[in-house]
Amino acid sequence: MTPDAATAKEVVLRLSGITKRFGALVANDAISFRLNKGEVLALLGENGAGKTTLMNILFGHYVADAGSVEVFGQPLPPGAPRAALAAGVGMVHQHFTLSDNLSVMDNIRIGTESLWSTGRSKTVVRAKIQALSQDFGLLVDPDARVGRLAVGERQRVEILKALYRDVRILILDEPTAVLTPQEADALFDTLRRATAMGLSVVFISHKLHEVMAIADRSIVLRHGKVVGEVETHATDRVSLAAMMVGGHVDMPKAETRAAGPALMRFDRVTTPNRGAAPGLKHVDLQLCAGQIIGLAGVSGNGQAALADLISGLVRPSDGALWIRDEKVGAWSPRQALRHKIGRIPEDRHKTGTVADFNLTENAVLESYTQAPFSQRGWMNWRAAETFARDIISRYDLRCPGPDIRIRLLSGGNMQKLILGRVLEAGPKIILANQPVRGLDIGAIAYVNAQLIAARDAGAAVLLISEDLDEIMNLSDVIHVISDGRLSPAFPRGTKTQTELGLWMAGQGFEGGQHAA
Amino acid sequence: MRLERITNPSLARQLGFPAAAILATILVAMALAALAGANPLATLGQIVTGALGSKLALMETLNRATPLIFTGLAVAVAFRARLWNIGAEAQFYAGAIVAAILGTGALGSPWALPVTALAAMLAGAVILLGPVLAKTRLGVDEVVTTLLLNFIMLLFVSYLLEGPLKDPMGMGWPKSAALIAEARLPRLLPGLRLHWGFGIAVLAAVAIWIIQIRTTLGFEIRAVGANPEAARFAGMPVNAVMVKTALLSGGLAALGGWSEVAGLKGHLSLDLSPGFGYTGIIVAMLALLHPLGVVVTAIFVAGIFVGSDAMSRTAGVPTYIADMLLASALLFMVLGILLTKVRVVRG
Amino acid sequence: MIEILISAGFWAAVVRIASPLIFATMGELICERAGVLNLGIEGIMVIGAFTGWMAVYQGMPLWGGVGVAMLAGMAFGLLHATLTVPFGLSQHVVGLGVTLLATSTSSFAYRLMLPEVTSPPKIEPFQPFPIPGLSQIPVLGEALFTQTPLTYAAFGLAILVAWVLFHTPLGLALRAAGENPAAVEAQGLSVTGLRMAAVIVGSGFMAVGGAFLTLSAFSSFFFEMVNGRGWICIALVVFGAWRPGKAVLGAVLFAGFDALQIRMQQTPLGAVLPYQVFLMAPYFLSILALIVMSRRAEVPAALMVPYNKGER
Repeated sequence: MTPDAATAKEVVLRLSGITKRFGALVANDAISFRLNKGEVLALLGENGAGKTTLMNILFGHYVADAGSVEVFGQPLPPGAPRAALAAGVGMVHQHFTLSDNLSVMDNIRIGTESLWSTGRSKTVVRAKIQALSQDFGLLVDPDARVGRLAVGERQRVEILKALYRDVRILILDEPTAVLTPQEADALFDTLRRATAMGLSVVFISHKLHEVMAIADRSIVLRHGKVVGEVETHATDRVSLAAMMVGGHVDMPKAETRAAGPALMRFDRVTTPNRGAAPGLKHVDLQLCAGQIIGLAGVSGNGQAALADLISGLVRPSDGALWIRDEKVGAWSPRQALRHKIGRIPEDRHKTGTVADFNLTENAVLESYTQAPFSQRGWMNWRAAETFARDIISRYDLRCPGPDIRIRLLSGGNMQKLILGRVLEAGPKIILANQPVRGLDIGAIAYVNAQLIAARDAGAAVLLISEDLDEIMNLSDVIHVISDGRLSPAFPRGTKTQTELGLWMAGQGFEGGQHAA
Repeated sequence: MRLERITNPSLARQLGFPAAAILATILVAMALAALAGANPLATLGQIVTGALGSKLALMETLNRATPLIFTGLAVAVAFRARLWNIGAEAQFYAGAIVAAILGTGALGSPWALPVTALAAMLAGAVILLGPVLAKTRLGVDEVVTTLLLNFIMLLFVSYLLEGPLKDPMGMGWPKSAALIAEARLPRLLPGLRLHWGFGIAVLAAVAIWIIQIRTTLGFEIRAVGANPEAARFAGMPVNAVMVKTALLSGGLAALGGWSEVAGLKGHLSLDLSPGFGYTGIIVAMLALLHPLGVVVTAIFVAGIFVGSDAMSRTAGVPTYIADMLLASALLFMVLGILLTKVRVVRG
Repeated sequence: MIEILISAGFWAAVVRIASPLIFATMGELICERAGVLNLGIEGIMVIGAFTGWMAVYQGMPLWGGVGVAMLAGMAFGLLHATLTVPFGLSQHVVGLGVTLLATSTSSFAYRLMLPEVTSPPKIEPFQPFPIPGLSQIPVLGEALFTQTPLTYAAFGLAILVAWVLFHTPLGLALRAAGENPAAVEAQGLSVTGLRMAAVIVGSGFMAVGGAFLTLSAFSSFFFEMVNGRGWICIALVVFGAWRPGKAVLGAVLFAGFDALQIRMQQTPLGAVLPYQVFLMAPYFLSILALIVMSRRAEVPAALMVPYNKGER
């Protein structure tokens, strides 16, 4: 409870000189800042700036190499989430830490009672959860199984987990990444209620308009260092962006193009649901040559089904897929490749690459059955290596050579390899699923430029992204997906972000059929 | 405690930890010998001479290694694709049964050796195919299904030996009729007790190695084992790869049984395999699933068994010391290999 | 066959045969609920059988033997847990290694301590303890309430495990460790601690299951006595969908078929079919159970996935 000399506000959290290295990479470099009571502090920076690492240190998932943390004036023992929780610090993780097979109530109460006790009665727990729900505007059903909840509801459970433990400091890591604009507003409402009740909030984000909307103060990180600290009322988006990026980065601008012929057509395509993830419902879609078709939507609304379908992993249970003028019969990833569909998967670690294979092996993962990479079952590794070297030089990959294991590459370089192997095959249809997720600004610009170039060369690019700004910047045509239903095509400039947000929340889809 | 990956492990690290694992195993051996009241160093010496000390011992060791190379290869091929084939024992016996049936001359002229070998491989492949199809079509974990098949197969062999395959001239001990001469594998060199099974085993190891690094199938097996989801996304026919792996793996284990009957024993009996299928797992793991390494570790493991048998006759330390040593070696080695790649860090 | 099914002796045998399976299945269930597949079960049952019997042979009272067996099991559980949890080594490989080590340790120790012996010495096993009142009930009384204390303990354990797993904070934490370890860590608990504790305690129960064979069922130890029961218990965990009640049902069902198979060999069918067919039946049934239940069962989501804190 040390009063801040400058403004007589109470400092609830103080980080001093936090440094953290992962091998040669310095993720956090002598970071210091303070958090005042009742404040919403934004921690701003692009991907890779060190924001999540810093908060993981605060919460005890990592141990800093140097520096200290003080919570309410007391030093915080490092490396123990238990200590952070005991000190009143709670974290809402970017990737929710929830067990799908347990109920909301169970997820919330884990760890709150001694393991040697018999535990509080369900009635008591349920009552406390419901009270918190009312106070903070976070409606949930305590007995529902988490696996069945939609993304927005899961986040409410994640927040309630922290509030149930009577935290005084709440950390939120990119909380709006998976929300519609309207849900994001509801979240900000919750945060305002929280600070009114005396909580203090740290809010990690890279979205400038949100920071301007909700934060009192912003700390900007770049390459692991603090490069700026400003009060929101004293700054604007342009200055914040400049601090984040350290100058000006030319984001490629896509100019509107006229559509070519439809290269791929979905004709009332339906796929089955998979657990909580909805399948497609009577989707009509055209992917036209020379266009970037953006798919906006909250994650978990059928994007996975659509991506899996185009990738060849799933077949339509109803309706038909047409490629040019040919109706698709047999369908598999190999068939998709045969039809010249290039796929950039959502998760480069899980689906896109084999971590312990080297760059050569990863480069021919899709094309190894074709000449010159193999003949009659015998691999031609020399040709494969040449191909890998080509990709390395043409796509600006920073690496010692094609022999190293791909797990040693940075996210951006890994994505470049995937991009290279996809584009070198000369695809007519490209599925780009979250292609710039987790990349730094330089890599983002590069990838976007490549997608635009592919479009200019006549390909149809389907861009799936959670980032509405990115969709609106790059797409010639936008569709919104909600619960497996597809909106009609909205040409560039015909819908505002708010209008798209309403479609994302399901409005506009009347009675199971879309209305224009 | 936390594990941190090391990006460029030093050579000292890469050699040091496996060496430490070997040293630890030796220490365990000495401790067990001392526990049994024998001189630790002398016991070690007796194991070594028992395995390699004379031409007879060496032949015995290599003969013992032959089935282990086959089952070791079977396990290595399967584990590489993340197919947990714990049923090499059953597949081994399947091949042995085929060798016994086709080689007694009762079915007319004995089929040429290559044909019986192929028939044996087919039998082994079929045995593993069941659990693998259950895995790919129904999602049933193959560990327990392949394991339980071992028990079933052993009972089946017992039934055959007391019934249809019973040797009419056997003296009460259940065994099958002896193979006729044309159905036997010849000696590697005249005068040596070592039979061609060893030669075939080594050739098989080389063949598997070539398949692994030079063919599309080998690439597919490695990819499916390392990241099945990425392999599927990239268009690899994952289920077909699993089936091909099963055919290869089951076939190799069965070939071991065939070789043991046609090469060494000349007939089928219940004690044909003292657990070759299970020991094959140790052989494969110690070789880090490398086909050529399997030959080396199979000889090493065989040496431990042969040497322990010989040592036990003189020093009186129970022969089970061999199993204890191998189990310890396995556990030390997997830990040691891990430590060449990661560092243990506080917090 | 009907006469077999209505005889009290049959059902008494079923309960008796099920008891070691219940101990071991509960042990494995605890491990797997926490996220660890323990393939050391077969070997741990062997070492439990051996140490329990040897302790009693050396003069300890019967329950002391059970205690020694439990400690032996926990020791091997500690070995398994250390290698698979903090070090994250393959649970398949470590489990098989532990089974081999535990089995060979038993054989080695046996030969060491009884070098001259041709047939293993017998000990005085647990005697049936009729529960006053309940054991007078016709048929059921003989079947259920005239069993040895260790059998009562087996069923008591199943009830205890069910209660702890579903009605206490410890059980919830354990289940969560097997569902989403990250969630458990984020709530301030230690996944390593929970998983290791589960494996150690579970292994202790497995060993008691082995000790049942020597201290209650067979009165002496011989090689190959466990004979695959450990593997069958792994199938029973799946059959029971990782729930104690259903797993006990599976154990009883399995024991029923096993008891039936022994008795069927005396019937006319037994003259027609070779006895090996009857002996094979339990293993086939286990495979069938796995196939039938695998499709629906809710596997703990993090089973066999090692958790590494702070992995980048």
